[in-house]
Amino acid sequence: MMSKARVRLPSKAKKGEVIEIKTLINHTMESGQRKDSAGNPIPRQIINKMTATFNGKEILNATLHPGVSANPYISFFTKVEESGTFEFVWHDDDGSTVKETAKITVG
Amino acid sequence: MRAVKRRDVLRGAAALAAAGTVVLTLRPARATPEKTAEVMGKLIGGKTAKEGRVTLTMPQIAENGNTVPLTVSVESPMTEKDYVKAVHILADGNPEPAVATFGFTPQIGKAEISTRMRMAKTQNIWAVAEMSDGSAWMTKTEVKVTIGGCGG
Repeated sequence: MMSKARVRLPSKAKKGEVIEIKTLINHTMESGQRKDSAGNPIPRQIINKMTATFNGKEILNATLHPGVSANPYISFFTKVEESGTFEFVWHDDDGSTVKETAKITVG
Repeated sequence: MRAVKRRDVLRGAAALAAAGTVVLTLRPARATPEKTAEVMGKLIGGKTAKEGRVTLTMPQIAENGNTVPLTVSVESPMTEKDYVKAVHILADGNPEPAVATFGFTPQIGKAEISTRMRMAKTQNIWAVAEMSDGSAWMTKTEVKVTIGGCGG
């Protein structure tokens, strides 16, 4: 069900700079609203949560509902004061998670 | 009346092929503005959201309701003392009014977020911001949908 997530952000930034982070994960986001050819409801299975941390501290969290499009895309900003590592975690309805990390050098 | 572009027809055909055996027959119940206001009230803890401070940028006409881009930005200094705590997106004509909630921290530095949403039909999209001072602000925008999303 799950496949690789993609994250795009600059590898370098100045101290105090506000950078943009773009994230995407391939996922059908099955809404639970559809039926198959036999008329049976297709069970909901979506990415219901995404969190972003920097050096272990949460900077953003997202709660997603079936109204979010397939292959959920989220872009946001963050102000960087030091070098470190971003970690992004996506949570599937089935309990599985996908993690992706990205480093940034601030100086 | 807009002429149907060949590209759009091809894209639609590709989407149907991708859906495979799925037959799109279900007509789920839709949210209403009243129901959406109720859901919003619960999300923001019973507060009343005032109009203002929130900008929701979306296309006026969405050709494909399966993926409609949106950007929410909120007037806020995003400091430790004064920041946006959360942004909620709601849709008053989708099967479920709640679309997404984004929990912000002062660390994000700029109160702006972008994503893509499904729209079942032409309707109003609501963006609501909860501030660290306890106030709540909102805006609504109507988006016309040519081909509905939500697989319904």
